[in-house]
Amino acid sequence: MASSAAVPFWRAAGMTYITYSNICANLVRKCLKEPYKAESMNREKVHFSLSKWADGKPQKPVLRSDAPEVF
Amino acid sequence: MLRQASRLISRSATAASSKSVTARAFSTELPSTIDSTFVESWKKVAPNMDPPQTPSSFMKPRPSTASSIPTKLTVNFVLPYASELSGKEVDMVIIPATTGQMGVLPGHVPTIAELKPGIMSVHEGTDIKKYFVSSGFAFLHANSVADIIAVEAVPLENIDASQVQKGLAEFTQKLASASTDLEKAEAQIGVEVHSAMNAALSG
Repeated sequence: MASSAAVPFWRAAGMTYITYSNICANLVRKCLKEPYKAESMNREKVHFSLSKWADGKPQKPVLRSDAPEVF
Repeated sequence: MLRQASRLISRSATAASSKSVTARAFSTELPSTIDSTFVESWKKVAPNMDPPQTPSSFMKPRPSTASSIPTKLTVNFVLPYASELSGKEVDMVIIPATTGQMGVLPGHVPTIAELKPGIMSVHEGTDIKKYFVSSGFAFLHANSVADIIAVEAVPLENIDASQVQKGLAEFTQKLASASTDLEKAEAQIGVEVHSAMNAALSG
């Protein structure tokens, strides 16, 4: 059997729908006029800390943040 | 400890039976899904307890399709951070599906459509409201309710034409110089989104 329905180009390149959708949304946000652009960038700020675990203990966390440093 | 067991069981049974009395109000549609052999064997083993509920007995029955086509389409347009339109009754919406601009009227055949970057317009009488949608999905139900979900949707006036032109040039150039599949895909997405915005602004 041949492969089922033609896949979209981004799926063929190994990208998932969520990645595609987020890229589209980011591009649209970058093209907004000024007050709206600042609002949307503010809204989409992320702050998270990721740590991998080994031997039942968390390793050094990776901090990814758009929030300004508080010192 | 076991002296309390029968009291606890009958208490939970009465609680369950009072709950199931109200739950049974919804089960007019469900007699076919209740497994009678299971219910019988349950009653043999635990006669004081009501048979367990299944997920389908908690679900609201699917809204019935009206026999005549309603005059208005009910639109729910939501974004992750806001509910743009909620239960709004309109005459028509035109959504940018991947298969092309799709016009949705009341009584539209139930459809799930993936949206591409493009203009979505909501028509109410002579009023037309346009949004540029970055991507998303549209669920059209049999009862003339349309659920449209998008990640970003902006009114056309909020888009800056010069930035769109710059972005289009930048991504066209990236597409030409891209090497890996992933880079090509990203550049292609950039070109598509910017050309759609361009067309939206000039169209």
